[in-house]
Amino acid sequence: MNGLIGKKIGMTSVFDDAGKYVACTVIEAGPCVVTQVRTEEADGYTALQLGYGEAKTKNTSQALQGHFQKAKTGPKRKVVEFRDFDIEKSIGDVIKVEEVFEEGDYVNAVGTSKGKGFQGVVKRHGFAGVNDATHGQHNRQRAPGSIGAASYPARVFKGMRMAGRTGGKRVKINNLEVVKIFPEKNLILVKGAVPGHKGAFVILEK
Amino acid sequence: MDAINYIHEELKSNKGLPTFHPGDNIEVGYRIIEGDKERIQKFRGDVLQIKGEGATKTFTVRKMSNGVGVERIFPFSSPNITEIKILKKGKVRRARLFYLRDRVGKKARIKEKRTLRPTK
Repeated sequence: MNGLIGKKIGMTSVFDDAGKYVACTVIEAGPCVVTQVRTEEADGYTALQLGYGEAKTKNTSQALQGHFQKAKTGPKRKVVEFRDFDIEKSIGDVIKVEEVFEEGDYVNAVGTSKGKGFQGVVKRHGFAGVNDATHGQHNRQRAPGSIGAASYPARVFKGMRMAGRTGGKRVKINNLEVVKIFPEKNLILVKGAVPGHKGAFVILEK
Repeated sequence: MDAINYIHEELKSNKGLPTFHPGDNIEVGYRIIEGDKERIQKFRGDVLQIKGEGATKTFTVRKMSNGVGVERIFPFSSPNITEIKILKKGKVRRARLFYLRDRVGKKARIKEKRTLRPTK
């Protein structure tokens, strides 16, 4: 699977060729440095390990500094492995956005969704809540309702959907269309929304 | 933000639409595609507001149609806008003319801005 690491810049809208107004996410994809090449003989699988984003040397462990030294590059903030990369690259090579994606491609975007804090079941799991304000209801409008039976089973089943920390999780959005690519600025426009806040890391895969 | 501005610059259509302001009376030619037929609809009214920046900049036009107020929002970057004609320059004191929505008849008029014609 080919892919790149990028950074979410923000959203905008553009008109496509058919004259339709399309909401798009702007992502700065790459350039990524190949920090390691996994091979069938050495590792049992083939993959490319890519690094993206400049990190400070003083914040990088000695072990990682040595790892980046092998690829003759500076410390990177994000390192991701992509299995079975189609494009032949050797360690230290730079991969740019136009080599991996084309306009009209469909890509998957992986990111960390925005953290929403402790939320109730209506926001967290899409429960309907109690739709009546009358008929004896009092401060129960967003309550979860029953969470189980009584003396049998006498416990709450594991995995019962309840209130709790929401968002801040790894989320993948499948089949986003690539609307446009700007190779000179490493920018890519994909149709629709992508998880995460502005400036968050996004993994694009094809 | 720089990156988004860059994209807006790159995708800007150089149609050369005239500059107008809220309060102006304009006529917008809008291409409408019905099946495989294409025609241009004229929408004439007063500009209520101009909103947004870059590729998402829009303007709102209000007109009275058979006694019913009709408002349309056009994106500046729309490829379906064929032309914009400025018919009257309005003399208004604010950028958002929403007070016009509450007015009917003669009260809903906008004073015309008169400029002295340069003498030859």
